Amino acid sequence: MGKEYPPTIEVIEICLLAGKIMLQGGAETYRVEDTMTRIAASLGIPHSHSYVTPTGIIFSTDGTEPAKLIRISERSTDLYKVTLVNGVSRRISSGELDGKDALARLKEIESADYTFPVYQQILAASIASGCFLIMFLGSWTDFIPAMIAGGLGFVSFIYVHRVVQIKFFSEFIASLLIGIIAYFFVYSGLGTELDKIIIGSVMPLVPGLLITNAVRDLMAGHLVSGLSKGAEAFLTAFAIGAGIALVFTF
Amino acid sequence: MFMLTHMITSFIASAGFGVLFNAPKKSLLKCGFVGMVGWFVYIWLVNWQYDAVISSLIAAFTIAVISQIFAKMYKTPIIIFSVAGIIPLVPGGIAYDAMRNFVENDYNMAIQLAAKAFMISGAIAVGLVISEVINQMIRKVQFKSRI
Repeated sequence: MGKEYPPTIEVIEICLLAGKIMLQGGAETYRVEDTMTRIAASLGIPHSHSYVTPTGIIFSTDGTEPAKLIRISERSTDLYKVTLVNGVSRRISSGELDGKDALARLKEIESADYTFPVYQQILAASIASGCFLIMFLGSWTDFIPAMIAGGLGFVSFIYVHRVVQIKFFSEFIASLLIGIIAYFFVYSGLGTELDKIIIGSVMPLVPGLLITNAVRDLMAGHLVSGLSKGAEAFLTAFAIGAGIALVFTF
Repeated sequence: MFMLTHMITSFIASAGFGVLFNAPKKSLLKCGFVGMVGWFVYIWLVNWQYDAVISSLIAAFTIAVISQIFAKMYKTPIIIFSVAGIIPLVPGGIAYDAMRNFVENDYNMAIQLAAKAFMISGAIAVGLVISEVINQMIRKVQFKSRI
């Protein structure tokens, strides 16, 4: 064998970093585990074990090296980073990247911010809200109210989340605001169907990714991460429901 | 006309969700396309008086198949396309109705609607998983025939 492998500690570091970025970007559990074992195998550790949950990753190489643990505290959805790490893992497997370059590239990906500018996200959320209103058989007169309610709801979600780091609270406030705005539109005669406006504008907050990932993880046998993702999705749905419900009680 | 409006709005909504999930810029149009096809299948089946659960299952299966083809063509993780595609199918409206009935103390209606929302989200996930299983089976058969 003429090929030289990087030291085991470095391989572990690469695997954990790749896993961390993917998990924070919202990748499925099996994909994270698969990527980590694949990178390890192509860097000279054929038998490695990884245990991935939404809040932490444990990675062990089948040898004398100690198992390492990494804690995941913040999760969001960033599919671009998932794609980039996937590309890095492909290039490691094909031998294009060696250990040192891969580590540098992963660190670069981790620290960079590839998200769309905030105004574009808000615009996307409000347009999506309007479109959802039409898809749920609303009338065109409610299109503009739904756009405004959905956009403002998303704005408040982003900014409240920056101030208070509790996801439940920011979702609650956002849906409360959506409910109030929709109510005022209908009250002032600018909107017609309160239900349709609220459903349309709440859609950008709905945990669709979490629900499907949760069921998929459960079916793939990742019971712990499936259940905890399900709990997270339920909590989000409950926050949205509670915010809207508060408007109705008045 | 009805179908055309639905196709356009579902395309824009799915692409918009691609932006929210920070999908790569190049794949935004494909996300929109996947979402449009899924919603088209769903609406078409619902118009033919099929049950919402069955329609969601078939639509999710269609989305997963297209996403797999795209994922293979562009060498990206399948999740980018499938997530944006299934968003229109997520039973947000029914879940909302359920919540509203809970608040209005109509628990019978609320439980019915909640069960329905649960069934639909289960159907979406099953649709995605079935296509994944079929894909793996095809891959295994190809692998064996090569040996």
